[in-house]
Amino acid sequence: MLFDRPRAVNVDLQTDATLQVDISDALSERDKVKFTVHTKSTLPNFKQNEFSVVRQHEEFIWLHDSFVENEEYAGYIIPPAPPRPDFDASREKLQKLGEGEGSMTKEEFTKMKQELEAEYLAIFKKTVAMHEVFLCRVAAHPVLRKDMNFHVFLEYNQDLSVRGKNKREKMEDFFKNVVKSADGVLVAGVKDVDDFFEHEKTFLLEYHNRVKDASSKSDRMIRSHKSAADDINRIASTLYTLGTQDSTDVCKFFLKVSELFEKTRKIEARVAADEDLKLADLLKYYLRESQAAKDLLYRRGRALVDYENANKALDKARAKNKDVLQAETSQQVCCQKFEKISESAKQELIDFKTRRVAAFRKNLVELAELELKHAKGNLQLLQSCVGVLKGDT
Amino acid sequence: MAAEMEPPPLGDAGQTDFREIEDGEGFFVSTVTILESPEPSSPDPPSMPAEGISTNGPKQEDISLDDDPEDLFAEATEEVSLDSPEREPILSDGPSPAITPVTPTAMLTPRMGLGTAEMFERSLDELEEDESGDTFDMHIAVSDPEKVGTFNTTSMTIFSKNETTVRRRFSDFLGLHSKLASRYLHIGYIVPPAPEKSIVGMTKVKVGKEDLSSAEFVEKRRSALERYLMRTVKHPILLKDPDVMMFLESSELPRAVSTQALSGAGILRMVNKAADAVNKMTIKMNESDAWFEEKHQQFENLDLQLRKLHASVECLVCHRKELSVNTASFAKSAAMLGNSEDHTALSRALSQLAEVEEKIDQLHQDQAYADFYLFSELLGDYVRLITAVKGVFDHRMKTWSKWQDTQLLLQKKREAESKLQFANKPDKLQQAQDEIKELEGKVQQGEKDFELISKTIRKEVSRFEKERVKDFKVVIIKYLESLVQTQQQVQHIWVWIPIGSVVGE
Repeated sequence: MLFDRPRAVNVDLQTDATLQVDISDALSERDKVKFTVHTKSTLPNFKQNEFSVVRQHEEFIWLHDSFVENEEYAGYIIPPAPPRPDFDASREKLQKLGEGEGSMTKEEFTKMKQELEAEYLAIFKKTVAMHEVFLCRVAAHPVLRKDMNFHVFLEYNQDLSVRGKNKREKMEDFFKNVVKSADGVLVAGVKDVDDFFEHEKTFLLEYHNRVKDASSKSDRMIRSHKSAADDINRIASTLYTLGTQDSTDVCKFFLKVSELFEKTRKIEARVAADEDLKLADLLKYYLRESQAAKDLLYRRGRALVDYENANKALDKARAKNKDVLQAETSQQVCCQKFEKISESAKQELIDFKTRRVAAFRKNLVELAELELKHAKGNLQLLQSCVGVLKGDT
Repeated sequence: MAAEMEPPPLGDAGQTDFREIEDGEGFFVSTVTILESPEPSSPDPPSMPAEGISTNGPKQEDISLDDDPEDLFAEATEEVSLDSPEREPILSDGPSPAITPVTPTAMLTPRMGLGTAEMFERSLDELEEDESGDTFDMHIAVSDPEKVGTFNTTSMTIFSKNETTVRRRFSDFLGLHSKLASRYLHIGYIVPPAPEKSIVGMTKVKVGKEDLSSAEFVEKRRSALERYLMRTVKHPILLKDPDVMMFLESSELPRAVSTQALSGAGILRMVNKAADAVNKMTIKMNESDAWFEEKHQQFENLDLQLRKLHASVECLVCHRKELSVNTASFAKSAAMLGNSEDHTALSRALSQLAEVEEKIDQLHQDQAYADFYLFSELLGDYVRLITAVKGVFDHRMKTWSKWQDTQLLLQKKREAESKLQFANKPDKLQQAQDEIKELEGKVQQGEKDFELISKTIRKEVSRFEKERVKDFKVVIIKYLESLVQTQQQVQHIWVWIPIGSVVGE
């Protein structure tokens, strides 16, 4: 299914000629989506300069998880995994529409069907964009882009045989998360000597919660907006019927206003869609990214605790003069790990801020511009209609 | 309860005396303020006419509109004049006076204060200049209740040239309608229906709940009563009815008991309605007049579509209110986000976004209000009006049916009489002949009645259609203008793009 290539709007990425990744096509089947991942690269690692493979959502998750589980990458913000494509709601609506076909006029049915199809398409485009953003982030990261699994993901043109997690594995994941969050609380409680990280810890915690709140509130707001647009649609239809039935002067009014509302409704729907794209998606993305940043801080915190524990163990060992060498090695390992993470983490967090500011700026400005454009469009339609109607009275 | 001829002093404003519970239904007494020619004492700078709402009615001077919108709630006079004049342009046509020039902003802003109980304390003190050369000269304004159960109704009449304000309860309005209906409906006049009772809403107000919803309920009712009265007095026949005059002018009215929902009279009414419905189904009328057939069908269609439209508009009002609430909540959330953002410029930008969204939420609220009071209420009124129209058509059928029945009876009597002629029973014969004479008279009357009601209905329908066209045209334009205004505001609000301020460090 071909469509306009969605732009990765939430992230301000440098496009590097050495490795460019995008999703050039996508196909929606029964219950899965097949993405065509297209790569252009001058790197020697790849056999060709340009190639494409087909990937499914599970394979993206596999790639993401492999990053998370890789100790080498503990000091980086792992780009958040794209959310699972979810067409359930849209499919349900289409089904309901099909069931209710008998109870509405042909025009109404066609109209509603068109709208639902447009909605389906919008969701589809979004999921593609989110998968693309993930890949682009990886490709833009100086270290992650070199990852072996990533290259396999891009190049290996067979199925990666990455099965989705079975029930047991999902349970394991669940418990792992519980343990992790409990541990996270413990680790977070440890005061950091480094001001920068201490500040970041406090900041990210609050920021993450507020982004979560803003994201859910913006979703609700946009849903109401869509409902209102739907109502205007129904009003337009009824006005049209009234206009055709009426034998008096006022029928002209009804017909004109019906026509007007058809057009303004489309604009209202567009406003809701743009708000969704520029605001809701932005917030959702930074919700995921701030979580990834929090995870990084957690890993660093964990390493710090391990380091401090190793120090204590070393002191104890020295005091008892038992297993000193072992303790020394272990302490050194912890120290290295901690310092490595700290170093890269600092840069990652600074980059995160830069990206965040750039993305918000871009999206807010675009949002305002679109709102203005739509208001102008609406205004024009309304004013011209009023003019015509007044002229008629 | 005493009706006051003068609005209470402004000092009273501010006391919500919802605790005063009066027995019986009809808790709302509207003060009917009757507007007079301008008093020399009050300063009255003319206000500018609203765009597009110009009928050949007189220019209305209105103190309030010149006042600073900030003072909206400072003076009693302002509040109400902004209330009722808004309604008038919708309802009044050529002959009726008082198209209050309403500035678009004034139209929308007063609604903001719905939460203030004060709003409903004021009494009217509107001044109106009547420049109309027409013979019909009536302007009604129903103002807010001072204490629970009262409305002030002000009407200006040609006769008295006095602004009379009387206090009326809600049940009084219903009583008036019931009298008019019983007098005029069955002869073909379309009597405007009165606003409906609402047990839920009434209970809330009686119990003294001073929240937004009960304030809204009061305002809704006030507005509905005003429209009801205006429609009633615009009807040339109804205006002349003594009960209407009495309603508008006399200080005390006998309590209308029969309007209580669960009274004996109420139950009787319900029984009658049910009986009517059954009868309607059994009457098969030979419609000789295609006009009636056609019109009847037209009204059926109109009824269906208007109900549908009304339902959709009510949905829209609901969703817009929801949108307003959600936008406000998002605005707060965005402000919080801005607070925690540690990049200064972005933090500022987010705060600005929050402000923008707050203003937008206010806009949505205003628009929802306009949606409701302009569009939805009009549709509701017309759905009820069309029910009245259909009722009138039904009465015609009944009249026809009665006529036909009398004719049949006459025929039977004649047959009986001719039989008696040969039976040689002089008394019975005489009796039969007397009966026949009587019946002949009745048949003639029946035919006359039928023709009269048919004629009346034709006139009424034509007048109704004219009114309907005018009403809808005016309201539609007004509504569209409210939409225009909203979009203009949206434009102003979003021009905040801090091209400079969000530029990163």
